[in-house]
Amino acid sequence: MSASFSAFLYLLSSVCFIMALRGLSSPKTSRMGNIYGISGMVIAVLTTVALPGVISFGTIIIGVLIGGAIGTLIALRIEMTALPQLVAAFHSLVGLAAVFVAGAAFYSPEAYGIGVIGNIKVGSLIEMSIGTAIGAITFTGSIIAFGKLQGLVSGKPLVYPGQHLVNLSLGVLLAVAIIWLCIAQTQSAFWAIVLISLLLGVLIIVPIGGADMPVVVSMLNSYSGWAAAGIGFTLENPLLIIIGALVGSSGAILSYIMCKGMNRSFINVILGGFGGETAGTVDNAGDQAVKQGAAADAAFIMEQASSVIIVPGYGMAVAQAQHSLAEMANFLGERGVNVRYAIHPVAGRMPGHMNVLLAEANVPYENVLELDEINHDFASNEVVFVIGANDTVNPSAKTEKSSAIYGMPVLNVEESGTVLVVKRSMASGYAGVDNPLFFLDNTMMLFGDAKKMCEDIVKALKGTH
Amino acid sequence: MKGTESMDSNTLAGNAVKLAEEIQSVSLKAITLAEEANTLAIKTTEAANEPFIFLVTIFVLAVFIGYYVVWSVTPALHSPLMAITNAISSVIIVGALISAGPLEWNLAKIFGLIAVVLASINIFGGFIVTQRMLQMFRQKR
Repeated sequence: MSASFSAFLYLLSSVCFIMALRGLSSPKTSRMGNIYGISGMVIAVLTTVALPGVISFGTIIIGVLIGGAIGTLIALRIEMTALPQLVAAFHSLVGLAAVFVAGAAFYSPEAYGIGVIGNIKVGSLIEMSIGTAIGAITFTGSIIAFGKLQGLVSGKPLVYPGQHLVNLSLGVLLAVAIIWLCIAQTQSAFWAIVLISLLLGVLIIVPIGGADMPVVVSMLNSYSGWAAAGIGFTLENPLLIIIGALVGSSGAILSYIMCKGMNRSFINVILGGFGGETAGTVDNAGDQAVKQGAAADAAFIMEQASSVIIVPGYGMAVAQAQHSLAEMANFLGERGVNVRYAIHPVAGRMPGHMNVLLAEANVPYENVLELDEINHDFASNEVVFVIGANDTVNPSAKTEKSSAIYGMPVLNVEESGTVLVVKRSMASGYAGVDNPLFFLDNTMMLFGDAKKMCEDIVKALKGTH
Repeated sequence: MKGTESMDSNTLAGNAVKLAEEIQSVSLKAITLAEEANTLAIKTTEAANEPFIFLVTIFVLAVFIGYYVVWSVTPALHSPLMAITNAISSVIIVGALISAGPLEWNLAKIFGLIAVVLASINIFGGFIVTQRMLQMFRQKR
């Protein structure tokens, strides 16, 4: 195969990947998009295997089969509620793969036509260092994110004095190591870059709290793209550069959307140490009384209503309540109640987390609306059913200037006739902020496990007919 | 008269020689100039063909494409977007295959093979999980 022909096939592959992302603009075209993505990958791999230097087919096929089998098994078995940690784990693999490819290029530069050992082009060395550094940071950063999401590492932000100074010094050290590699071209310099970056990845993610994970997961998604682009520059491969740029900008946009959903700057999230899930219970709980209800009350109220908006949050995912919730909504739908869902951009632990869980429970996507689409409808709506959400429905974000979440866009649930809030206890949300919603006259608290509560409401609904 | 004539012809001849010398030096200068222009021209084309500039051009344009394509993704599909970008960023397997390609075993080949396995996990896992998610999104019956 001539060089121009393989370059043409790589271009075709890039176009397929762009079409894959384009397909996600609507659920209808999305499955076609995935097929485009798979085609792009098949073209890229086959083209590379057909290159004249690639002849060791046996070992390559074994490698692909081992990896493919592991990947397939994991992907088929994973629970949808564990999706955020799965994505984090996958990001770590891209990062590690980038480090290994950079290592291969460093030890065998002639295979990629970038020089010979000990005399690699300086430009290639810089690109290689950047690709390696981002790859290594993505690797350990994603492992920490995985640990936090899986509950292996505490979700609490880990803050210690001089944190930013330590990170800054490591950053400077990394720059020194890169210069060292460019001048001396020694193995020690290469591995110094890898080690410093691995450490940096841990230290960057450790201070970021559990509920900021949507930003972290998006950010690592972006990093895995930039790492691929860095390697693409090293190997002078346009396909890798294009895909790296696509993935990098995709992750960056998602991070931006998540930050906007929390009214916080990207820097503020990255510097970390925000809130803490252990933050005390509501101090003035003794002064103010909440109205408490049971499943039967909730069933009665919702059954009588003409419209119900359900607001799910991370608590729904933790309790795995999506199926029971959908069953409850179906019952109400059969009784002629107009049931819709309102999704806050940062609900859950990754972008679009709630949408996937509701889709898993067979909720038609037309009934699932974004904050901007539904926020004006709360005033004309009768009943709101808040399940496992807290900060995203906190009205003090609109009024209390002193509040930690002031300015964050929130769902205007309190404007509806009645607000039902399913909650395990009166503990405050992630931001550690009191939620005045619970004390409003039109709010009724339903204490208990989210899944159990939905099941009890379904029982009560069945009982009435 | 004869004397002046001969002197005139002598000066003429001398002038002619000087002129010839000047022409020669000018033409030499012209040659060096032309050579310099030539090297300059070659350098300029070299800069244009410099792979780095070419690759940066591709990179910047791809960032723009990514920006516009991703903004058009519906928020409901942001999770599948992460899963599929994760799968396609494993196109890094292209680099891994090249170093795993030669027959003789060395460190580079081992690194390449490890990267092939890691990227394969991601490719298969990423696309399958995306497919699983997308299949769940359905319309009203």
